Amino acid sequence: MTEIRVAAAPDAPPLAATRTAPPFSVTRMPGFGLVAVASFAVLYLPIITLVIFSFNASTSMSSWGGLSLDWYRAAWRNEVVQEATVRSLILATSAAVISTTVATLAALGTTRQGRFPGRTAIYAMVNQPLMVPEIVTAVSLLIVFGFVRSLTGYQGLGYLILAHSAFCVPFAYLPIRARLEGMDRTLELAAADLYASPVQAFRRITLPLLAPGIMAGAMLAFVVSLDDVVITEFVKSAGQDTLATYMLGQFRRTLTPEVNAISTALLGFTLVLLTGFFLITRKRARDPR
Amino acid sequence: MTSGAAEAAGLRRRTRAGWLLSTPALVLLAAGAAGPLLVVLVFSFLSQGEYGGVSLPFSGEAWFRIFLQRDIFDGTVSAADAHLAIFWRSVWISLATTLITFAMGLPTAWFIATRPPGQRSLWLFLITIPFWTNLLIRTFAIMEVIRNEGLLNTALLSLGVIDQPIQILFTDWATLIGTTYVYLPLMVLPLYAAIDRFDMRLLEAGYDLYASRWSVLRRVILPLVRPGIVAGCILVFIPSLGAYVTPRILGGGKNMMIGNFIELQFGQARNWPLGAALSMALMVVVMAALLVYVRVSAREGRDD
Repeated sequence: MTEIRVAAAPDAPPLAATRTAPPFSVTRMPGFGLVAVASFAVLYLPIITLVIFSFNASTSMSSWGGLSLDWYRAAWRNEVVQEATVRSLILATSAAVISTTVATLAALGTTRQGRFPGRTAIYAMVNQPLMVPEIVTAVSLLIVFGFVRSLTGYQGLGYLILAHSAFCVPFAYLPIRARLEGMDRTLELAAADLYASPVQAFRRITLPLLAPGIMAGAMLAFVVSLDDVVITEFVKSAGQDTLATYMLGQFRRTLTPEVNAISTALLGFTLVLLTGFFLITRKRARDPR
Repeated sequence: MTSGAAEAAGLRRRTRAGWLLSTPALVLLAAGAAGPLLVVLVFSFLSQGEYGGVSLPFSGEAWFRIFLQRDIFDGTVSAADAHLAIFWRSVWISLATTLITFAMGLPTAWFIATRPPGQRSLWLFLITIPFWTNLLIRTFAIMEVIRNEGLLNTALLSLGVIDQPIQILFTDWATLIGTTYVYLPLMVLPLYAAIDRFDMRLLEAGYDLYASRWSVLRRVILPLVRPGIVAGCILVFIPSLGAYVTPRILGGGKNMMIGNFIELQFGQARNWPLGAALSMALMVVVMAALLVYVRVSAREGRDD
């Protein structure tokens, strides 16, 4: 600070002072860099520790017993984990397909058309799962599905698929809508000029242009379904654990590094999907308009 | 006249197409999300069933019992202290989470926004990874750090700062640390979006007028990134208030927040109407917070 005042003084500043003074940067805020680095450290240290301990040979969660893949092997051989994994994947795939399909239709209906009566109501309804606390949705589904269960006797995966598809809708809808809004309408008009029927124009022009948005939406829906704990925990029938609710159940017992191994595997899987999502959305940014 | 009629026909066509295309999504959401909420609303006005569930007649008892209790013997009404303690814990933990994530999030978002353009998306990606990582995994990761034999206590012990491990796990502090850790990305992302739009030349103008760093921050930056601040605070406060997994795992069975208390009513306590009333009350608070957000962002939009 003093150096800067000296530099601003009308007399020629002492040469040594100007040389040692750091260049005045307008965007620099004292301490901000330090807090930012601390935030990144706080975000990543626990996750990195978790990953490292998944390769621990010892049964203990606190002492290091050498490098090994034992806990991955244990998790891989655990039949409950196998079943839960398969169930999670079936559920996430179904939820992603269903939610992305209905979200694509809704996005086509509510974007690029101009305002119409009720559009805001549709927005509100589509984004409703983002606004209601998860625990509230969970207990409401517990009540309603419990009633349906006692009426029909159906115990299958349908309840979970319905619940997951519903709360994934906004996650699928938002990237698709963003893609649609940034799309060039002239290509579709050109197709219409060249005597393409609306269906042909949609299949040959709109859908291919929209595909990255749909892919991105489906990926987000998949990740969100895979990660869900609360709603799944309340909706699932007996013996219908997903990977997430299986892990939640493990917290009642003595934890072993097996949980670390499952977490790390799930983390890796999410990371791959996310990287894919970012590559897709970045390609959109580079697309010539 | 004819153009007016054509416009009206166009609007009719758009309306029909819009609603028709949205119908599958609306039906799905009505069946799997919004519809059941109405059932909860109705349940909150029913009486407690004998073995769980609900029964007639309609009554306001559940709503009454959120804050008050009646003595079984003489019928005197008093504040339901146990409930109030849980609400108070939920509120202070959520407020503290919002404040701490803001104090950490603003410098972090500023740091990302002032990186060279090529690096920014990488730093942003580093914030989004924890955001999309399974909540359970992140809660588990932070649990490993604050356990008695965890990273933090081991480090403090070996440094000689403490002689005995500090009991953090299964206290309110553990829940606070957990929610802060879990929701930090939710604060950084909207703050970054606001700072990214901020015109850095305004800083030069401020410094040219002899403002100190502090007054530039307070008088120029904070007012202009306010929509991002409001969005970040709402995005952190709402899920903290309704948190279920983090207090359950880190807070232990006794240090419940509203989310766990609601679950208790549908589980062991078998008081469905109270659980339903609590759920609806939580939703009212969340909707009020969202309304504040919508009004603030609408006002900011008009200012531009």
